[in-house]
Amino acid sequence: MSSGAAIAALLRKELLLERRVPQVIPGMALFSVVTYVVFRFGLDRTSVEGSLAAGVLWVTLLFAAMLGANRLYVTDHEEGGFDGFLLAPVDRTTLFVAKALAFGLFLVLVEIVAVPAFAVLLLGPGLGAAEVGRLAAVLALADVGIAVIGTLVGALAIQTRARDLILPLIALPMLVPVIISAAKATAPVLAASGAGGLPGRWIALLCLYDLVFGLLAYAVFDFLLED
Amino acid sequence: MAATPAIELAGLTRRYGERVALDELTLTLEEGRTLVVFGPNGAGKTTLLRVLATLLRPHAGTARILGRDIPQESWAVRGKIGLLTHEPLLYRDLSARDNLRFHARLHGIGLDRIEELLDAVRLPGRADDPLHAYSRGMVQRVAVCRAVLHDPPLLLLDEPRANLDPAAAELVEPLIGAASGRTRVLTSHDPAGGLAEADLALGLRGGRTALLAGAAEVDAAAIGALYADAPPPARTAGTARTGARP
Repeated sequence: MSSGAAIAALLRKELLLERRVPQVIPGMALFSVVTYVVFRFGLDRTSVEGSLAAGVLWVTLLFAAMLGANRLYVTDHEEGGFDGFLLAPVDRTTLFVAKALAFGLFLVLVEIVAVPAFAVLLLGPGLGAAEVGRLAAVLALADVGIAVIGTLVGALAIQTRARDLILPLIALPMLVPVIISAAKATAPVLAASGAGGLPGRWIALLCLYDLVFGLLAYAVFDFLLED
Repeated sequence: MAATPAIELAGLTRRYGERVALDELTLTLEEGRTLVVFGPNGAGKTTLLRVLATLLRPHAGTARILGRDIPQESWAVRGKIGLLTHEPLLYRDLSARDNLRFHARLHGIGLDRIEELLDAVRLPGRADDPLHAYSRGMVQRVAVCRAVLHDPPLLLLDEPRANLDPAAAELVEPLIGAASGRTRVLTSHDPAGGLAEADLALGLRGGRTALLAGAAEVDAAAIGALYADAPPPARTAGTARTGARP
């Protein structure tokens, strides 16, 4: 069986499960909105801008992503999905690709709710079409890195008893370069002084991170499924 | 030329940390025959099935499944094994049809086979209900469908009729019974019932081979003795070869 067909079957199953019993997306979206409300009161400000706005946006999205990554393999682990998959004549890395694609899609759907909520609840400067486009580009690049690391570390954490603790302890340090790059790249877009362009070197760093960790995760994922 | 045995184990050992779950198991099972594994809880029956299914790696000894060495050639036998365990390996929030479609796609087989199997286990009317709305027996019937969906030549069955009433057990008989014509390894706690469908009987105690003989040479009392004062699982690997080729 081709890897493409296996990935399609696995991705289809992920989306079907989330559609039948929505768990990951509503949880992440609600967490994001509530966190923005908490920031609003915690900072005692009705609006933020620039690097502070970028920091609030990305820290919230990152923690929301940790929630999602924690749930990514729960059904497979508890209901024998891993064994069912391992018995099929397919490459094990297809599971990684399908899970990362599903998680990436979940992140995008959450951001469709969370970013407008951030703009309404906290963001001072308004966003024009150009700024939204630039922000979307940074979000997409950061989502790739977060999805790759969340999928990889999630597979490791699910095999431990303290998965809720293990996942953020390993994934958050690994994602520091993503957060720094994404926040630095986003800050000019969220500045009150007028929208700035995307800083090329931070975008380049995000692309490099996605490439390196994407290949690394693809290479080592097989070993995580060994007994 | 003699046919390749379906299963050849020589000194197969599997540990969980310090505990030896399977200790130097040696046996051969010819194609189309049925091996029934008896033994008290913790004897190593499920571990044996999981090793044969390529889900666990042997820690010592050799295992050839359908002519392929595992774990080196596990990739070649996956897809030729049907595994039925206490866990149905199905998603509770998906329907029977969705679960079987998922597995059919993974195995690269046509979806027509699903309807054929659902008819065989008399579940078409409930096939679109989520599994969490099913009784345990109904879930087991779907699990049987999953296990034979890809028409595997080797079936590994862990107490396959445990949740089935007599009528349901009769329904799945053509799929997983001797009449299916497949090579089968099944575990059982029922000496008479197990021996009735066995060609070869294996008794495990604490991971070691306590009995290995043709079914005709074993009586239910010998199987019952396996359960008397069952010892705790072995703590360290033994050195004696306890299995024997039948």
